[in-house]
Amino acid sequence: MSNLPLLSLLVFLPWIGAVALALLPRLSEVAQRRLALVASLSTLAVALALLSGFDPARTAPQFVEKHAWIAALNVYYHLGLDALSLILVLLTGLVAPAALAASFRSGGFRGFAAFFLTLQGAALGVFLALDFFHWFIFWELSLIPAYFLIKIWGGPGATRAAYQFVIYTLGGSAFLLLGFASLFSAAGTFDFQQLAQLGADGSLARKLGGDGSWLPQAVFLGVLLGLAVKVPLWPFHTWLPPAYAEAPTGASMFLTGVMSKMGVYGFLRILWPIFPRELQAAAPWLMVLALGGVVLGAWAAMRQTDLKRMVAYSSVNHLSYCLLALFAVAHASGKGGAVSEAATAALSGTLLQMFNHGLSAAALFLCVGVLEKRSGGRRGLDDFGGVRTVAPFFAALTGVAMFSSLGLPGLNGFVGEFLIFRGVFGLAPWAAAVATLGLLATAIFLLTFWQRVFHGTVAGATPGFRDLTLAEAAPLLPATALMVILGVYPQLLAGLINPLVTAWAGHLTPP
Amino acid sequence: MNALPWTILFSFAGAILALVAGTRSAALARRVGLVATLAGLAATLLAATRFTPGPGLQTVLDLPWIPQLGVRCHLAADGISLTLVVLTGIAATAGVLFSWNIEERAGEFFALYLTLIGGVYGVFLSADAFLLFVFYEIAIVPKYFLIASWGSTNREYGAMKLVLYSFAGSALVLGGLLWAFAAAGGRSFALADLAAAAARFPRGDQLAMFGLLFFGFAVLAGLFPFHTWAPTGHVAAPTAASMLLAGVVMKLGAYGCLRVAMPLFPEALAWWQPAIAWLAIAGILYAGLVALVQDDFKFVIGYSSVSHMGFVLLGLAAANPQAVGGAVLQMFSHGMIAGLLFAVVGRIVYERTHTRRLDALQGMPLHRLLPFGAVVFVLAGMASMGMPGFSGFPAELAILIGTWKASPIWALFAAAGILVAAAFTLRVVQVSFFGRTASASDPAPANEYPFAPVTWPEKAGAALLLASTVLIGLRPDLLLDWINPALQSPLMQAALRGGPP
Repeated sequence: MSNLPLLSLLVFLPWIGAVALALLPRLSEVAQRRLALVASLSTLAVALALLSGFDPARTAPQFVEKHAWIAALNVYYHLGLDALSLILVLLTGLVAPAALAASFRSGGFRGFAAFFLTLQGAALGVFLALDFFHWFIFWELSLIPAYFLIKIWGGPGATRAAYQFVIYTLGGSAFLLLGFASLFSAAGTFDFQQLAQLGADGSLARKLGGDGSWLPQAVFLGVLLGLAVKVPLWPFHTWLPPAYAEAPTGASMFLTGVMSKMGVYGFLRILWPIFPRELQAAAPWLMVLALGGVVLGAWAAMRQTDLKRMVAYSSVNHLSYCLLALFAVAHASGKGGAVSEAATAALSGTLLQMFNHGLSAAALFLCVGVLEKRSGGRRGLDDFGGVRTVAPFFAALTGVAMFSSLGLPGLNGFVGEFLIFRGVFGLAPWAAAVATLGLLATAIFLLTFWQRVFHGTVAGATPGFRDLTLAEAAPLLPATALMVILGVYPQLLAGLINPLVTAWAGHLTPP
Repeated sequence: MNALPWTILFSFAGAILALVAGTRSAALARRVGLVATLAGLAATLLAATRFTPGPGLQTVLDLPWIPQLGVRCHLAADGISLTLVVLTGIAATAGVLFSWNIEERAGEFFALYLTLIGGVYGVFLSADAFLLFVFYEIAIVPKYFLIASWGSTNREYGAMKLVLYSFAGSALVLGGLLWAFAAAGGRSFALADLAAAAARFPRGDQLAMFGLLFFGFAVLAGLFPFHTWAPTGHVAAPTAASMLLAGVVMKLGAYGCLRVAMPLFPEALAWWQPAIAWLAIAGILYAGLVALVQDDFKFVIGYSSVSHMGFVLLGLAAANPQAVGGAVLQMFSHGMIAGLLFAVVGRIVYERTHTRRLDALQGMPLHRLLPFGAVVFVLAGMASMGMPGFSGFPAELAILIGTWKASPIWALFAAAGILVAAAFTLRVVQVSFFGRTASASDPAPANEYPFAPVTWPEKAGAALLLASTVLIGLRPDLLLDWINPALQSPLMQAALRGGPP
């Protein structure tokens, strides 16, 4: 068991599924669904195996696979898993099968599933690869299936939304690539850990251009841009609402649940360790941008009448919390033990928020998808009314996701947001104060959603609304259960990540 | 290694045989073409397995030819030539496969085609500047006839423009060569002898000779602003000729710059470097932006070739081992990718739809009618966008790394060029194959467009090119291990250091 290359399996099993689906056109619909679901669930199975063998006390990557690959560019096939990767792998294992199961009825399912599984494998690769060359393959490769999922199975504005999405992200990636080209020409390696070591002791900046040179800052900006577009950091977010809103439900779930974490992961794995000083210097400005996302994202959501766009904007808001916490910690680094408790809280909050947002936002997209399907494509704020009376089961499940997203104590969303606020308040009180405006707006738009759609008299598209069957609810149930469990017993997840974030906060630069 | 001269021989012999076979039947001529190109490919692969990478050219054949002028028939190869010879072998074979539908005067077509291939092999294997020039001219002439006789849109104009540009470039090259030959004492055209003598020329002469040689060759590599022959020529040419023009012939120009101009006059290279780099950058961006607004499918691909060759020239201009190694890798990579793109546009799509206008193609649900074409084009498009996992990525990455060392500003513009390439590629993928997707769940309206099924040569050709680009994308060291030692030779080192050997 321990000799199996588990991390490679994690990446390649979904891809094998995708290839099998692509090569077997004569498979019956049922067999296609089974095959796709098994390939997608493989992630969860392997993730649980990893979880059982994972030692949370060790902060270095575990289950490492490292093989020489391209000697001429000093590239290694290098996979590793630490607590940060582990929770994202678990998240992928939970969200991906649910998103796939929610798409069983889409036309041309075989193609959909093949693209979807390709995307799933690529996202997992991003969370595991420790060598830039390797990592970038997954990072870029994830765009193509996402593009086709939006383009072919998306709504009426999908063509433009998909094009915008890919070009924005590729635009960022071009500068990310240039940044790493310059890092390689300075340091001669693409290995994240080696680059982080050089970054931590300051020799990377010297190699890049010596004292007083603008080059380290320029390279930092390039890498920052690539990651900021992906997350997205305000004001690079404009591709997101149309892409999420036009994507088919299953793709929206995966985009928001998993893909949006790729950018945050990049900040934690790449930008912060390799450029600690540059990030610290830029942190005040970046905090302003993150606050822009927190506040304006929520306010924009408040102004939406399209439920899907509302949920999309709320993603901008939720992800900005993660970045806000990271920037606050980076800003405070070097101040020693006085802030390390707040920093630990902020970083734990970031990691938990990534996981929790993945669950709740994916669940919300699924719920909007159900509304859309039942009403023949309507998803306006005013198209419904009184859904709770005709579909109490559906309303209950939606309610849990919504209140988790809102941060109600007792549900998982609260834990992450509370820790972030607790941390940011200790590190940069003004930022925490401004961020509460976002909290307020989130409460307003989610409650408006809840009230207009689920309460009131039965109106609009609601008459004839059938409640969820058990089969339809199946993709939602595990996530809903976890939202409650993690809300009551957050230690389940926090225990995994604690040693890692304590170590990060201890050095105030990650190892 | 000794198998390499056979590539030239097989091609020229194949040309004569094809002419004879063509008098009997087109099918026979096609088979002769395929056998000749496959034999060439087999010879290159055989040579590649026996190749020991190392600095300097390894002689494979050396015979006296015109003793009065010191011209020798001297064939030699290093890792750079070998890479390009393998490229020629693969591209030529794929080109024949995508010409399987040629019925009209097939004998002549394949005779010209194989003559072109023989000339290309000759250029890549010549160690004597005069011999190289002779092969270079042999490669130019058949292009005219291929385009003028079997071409499409505006073929006389395209063929004439291409040949005039090519000859103008050749005239510059010839002038530069003869001047250098005379100044060196008129004893030898061997590259090594010329380089040794060139170091003693007055600096002004060196600058001028380099200018003549480099820009003369660069015309054929599509250096901005001398690139305008390329899109019109590519569009007018029949599919196989477009594939070869963009895939291989443009490399002749870049190869000439790298093999002749740069090692002969390293100091002049250092002087000219910024001008070349900025022209290359202008080409990358300008051609990319023009490609973004074309409404003819084939013109998009034509301009994309100019944009991609800009990366090659930028890599050469940056003149350090990483960048030049990347440039050679990019030559190989672009040969595969341009071949694929032209094959899809010219053969798979145009031969069935009889239109290349993007607005007309947009109205057809092509991804359902031609799923094979869609898959190939999406993969080729990804490769062309520089997606990792395909050969364009390590090449562009190496060029970026090297260019950054030479000048971060150039690298910044090059990165912007990557983005432009992504934009036009994605646009054309979207409009051509996925223009009409609203009916994702409808059955394919096949009877509306009775397209011929995809034939085996098309599948084989596409598979050959795709496999090569993916293989090199995942294992670029297969070629880099040949290329990098070749850059260690004294001549190349001189060029890269900007000083005499």
